[in-house]
Amino acid sequence: MPQFDPSSFPSQIFWLVVSFIALYLVVSRLAVPRVAEVLEQRHRLVQDDIDRAASFKAETDQAIAAYEQAMADARAQAQEQIRIVTNEAKAIAEKRTAEVTKAVNDQTAQAEARIAKARQDALDGLMQVAADNAKAVVAKLANLTPDDAAVQSAVAGALKETR
Amino acid sequence: MEQFEIKPLFDLHIAGYDLSYTNSALFMTFAVIASALLFWSATRNRTMVPSRWQSIAEVLYEFNATMVKDNIGKQGLKYLPFVFTLFLFVLLGNVLGLMPYGFTITSHIVVTATLAVAIWVGATVIGFSRHGFHYFSLLLPKGTPPAVAPFLVLIETMSYFIRPVSLSLRLFANMMAGHVLLKVLAGFIISLGLLFGWIPLIAVFGITLLEIMVALIQAYVFALLTCIYLNDAVNLH
Repeated sequence: MPQFDPSSFPSQIFWLVVSFIALYLVVSRLAVPRVAEVLEQRHRLVQDDIDRAASFKAETDQAIAAYEQAMADARAQAQEQIRIVTNEAKAIAEKRTAEVTKAVNDQTAQAEARIAKARQDALDGLMQVAADNAKAVVAKLANLTPDDAAVQSAVAGALKETR
Repeated sequence: MEQFEIKPLFDLHIAGYDLSYTNSALFMTFAVIASALLFWSATRNRTMVPSRWQSIAEVLYEFNATMVKDNIGKQGLKYLPFVFTLFLFVLLGNVLGLMPYGFTITSHIVVTATLAVAIWVGATVIGFSRHGFHYFSLLLPKGTPPAVAPFLVLIETMSYFIRPVSLSLRLFANMMAGHVLLKVLAGFIISLGLLFGWIPLIAVFGITLLEIMVALIQAYVFALLTCIYLNDAVNLH
């Protein structure tokens, strides 16, 4: 077998060393730096894209937060205005109600006073009529002329009893 | 065994040694030129979206870088050029030998032994320079019961010294056996003639595929074991 012929060993070892060193130079000076560089660049590119996407997302989130804040503010403001307007309207309504109530009460009081006075007048008239009648009846039946004051008090007593 | 013959192409004698440029040296040169051409042309126009050749270069690089990183760790990346060179050299040595009229440089024990001894000595030197006397602790695995420690140290020492032998023999034997097998089977094709010659022909076809696989796997195994030895030297377990 040629593998065990030592005469070729020096040559094989020599050229092995030479070609291995040559290949090592190719790999270490050419292959590894160039491929590592391109891989590194690609990695950086992809990483940059990912970073950019992340920053865009952060911006979007910020915009959404700002929008929601604005919405909440606007809603609060609207509610506040509604509250103010409602309060004003309520105050006006109460004031008007109070005025009207007062007017109605005044008129009622006046009317009641009038009614009371009319009633008193009517009662006074009735007593006079009753006294005159009683005097006339006494004069006709008994042919007497009763004392005015006695008749008056008798009628007033009779009226008191019927009340 | 004519296919393993070393034939001088140019005579070269230096200091009494026969350093002739042989067919073996020619195929080593082919391996260097093929790698140089591949990496030069593949990385000439470096693009973010790689061309086919650039993809091949990147795949080879990533394969070796991952192997080195997984076995030695990030600090092992300084050995990447060496491991990468070794992988390419063995791979191309194996594959170029499968070409018709090819010569398999890795089917010679002196080539694989030189590589293996260089790796072993290198790893040992790195181990002692990094860890000093402490490197001997490699010979005693952690958690060994004291009772079996002397026995285990003996075994570990033997296995450490057998490393270059197994490393070189594995590659050499795989490559030589495959080629011998192909040669024998191919001889059957002729001797069995037209009538039955197709049976070994099919076998040769299948075994050629197998040999291509073996060529790739052995290159990987060689580089991987180198990584493992370097890991022992760098990280001590």
